[in-house]
Amino acid sequence: MTSRSCGPRGIDALRPKRGAGPSRAALPALDPRPSVIRTRLSRIKRIIAVTGWKGGIGKSVTASTLALLLSKKGFGTGLLDLDFAGASDHVVLGADGVFPKERLGLEPPVVSGVKFMSVSFFSKNKAVPLRGANVSDAVIEMLAVTQWGELDFLVIDMPPGINDTALDVIRLLPRTEVLAVTTPSVLAHSVLDRSIELYNNLNIPLLGVIENMSGRAGVRSARASGRLRYDAGLEKALGKPAKMLKTKFAADLGRIAGSLLRRPAGPARN
Amino acid sequence: MHEWALAESVIRKTAEHAAREKLAPVSEVGVALGELQAIDREIFSFALKELVKSSFKGLSSCRFRIIKEPAAFKCKACSEEFTLKVLKKTDEEAENIHFIPEMAHTFLKCPRCKSPDFDITAGRGVSIRHIRGGK
Repeated sequence: MTSRSCGPRGIDALRPKRGAGPSRAALPALDPRPSVIRTRLSRIKRIIAVTGWKGGIGKSVTASTLALLLSKKGFGTGLLDLDFAGASDHVVLGADGVFPKERLGLEPPVVSGVKFMSVSFFSKNKAVPLRGANVSDAVIEMLAVTQWGELDFLVIDMPPGINDTALDVIRLLPRTEVLAVTTPSVLAHSVLDRSIELYNNLNIPLLGVIENMSGRAGVRSARASGRLRYDAGLEKALGKPAKMLKTKFAADLGRIAGSLLRRPAGPARN
Repeated sequence: MHEWALAESVIRKTAEHAAREKLAPVSEVGVALGELQAIDREIFSFALKELVKSSFKGLSSCRFRIIKEPAAFKCKACSEEFTLKVLKKTDEEAENIHFIPEMAHTFLKCPRCKSPDFDITAGRGVSIRHIRGGK
């Protein structure tokens, strides 16, 4: 029987064979984790990435509240916080004293009806100073070991910008639909335009654009599918899911999401 | 027990690779377990066997050779090279690194300059080193 192999054979692969000329170049080790990600997500009907290329525009509150609203409507819902540097969904949900359960992987704890996974469980509220390649490794690890089970929706809270996390989600979760968040700021509009152009070029479905903090000084986005009024009471409701669901913010988001989620996501439009 | 999830990834990757390279039967897979992630070797090996028995019978003649890989680090700030043995961590910190090895940057520091900005140059987690089989 002939035999073939892949990958380096330890230190032997680097040692020249007598009379055999130079040693064969060692192949890189294979990363097995991406192979199992599709299986982990196979029982999830829709994956929605809440994105926005500026920081501080309300992605985390939007993603967390959307997950709470969907769960309250009776949908099986998961929330995955992939904003490693600025993880804050656990603060919005008030997810204290919970931790994933080890069972053939990691089962996310259920917080106010939402299956929730975040790097905050492992970083213990300390800084997570990761370079790009490390971020990518951590994203792949979480996707490979998290056992979501059956869900109607998985909402992903994305970090700001187009970076390793965004590129990994595009690569590893091809079914993802984008829900973009912006604000009335011209700066936010500028980056929104660029993001939509990229999603369009990559054929990533755009569910819609939500303008947050609407009504404050600035310029309304012509692209907005819906607007979230600035809600002064929102800050006090953070960490209390029942109160979050009673805010004007949640009422607006529920109305917009109801309309956007009824139809399949279309291509991004320039 | 999250070893099962990683064992499943090794088996799926092996099956994918064998199909693409037309390797049949697969005789041996070399799996490196990095020291940093501290995967339980017994649970991992048991999971591999059970998963093959239950769902991947095409790999039933395959031997999984487990290779322990020591962790190594190089500081990006001061270029110090160091090993895991010189780093102090609590049991809780070790457990968090076990689940997500990148938490090393949260809990561990370069022993020389105390920077968290270091490369994990070896022994991070689970990887496949070789897949051998007939062709």
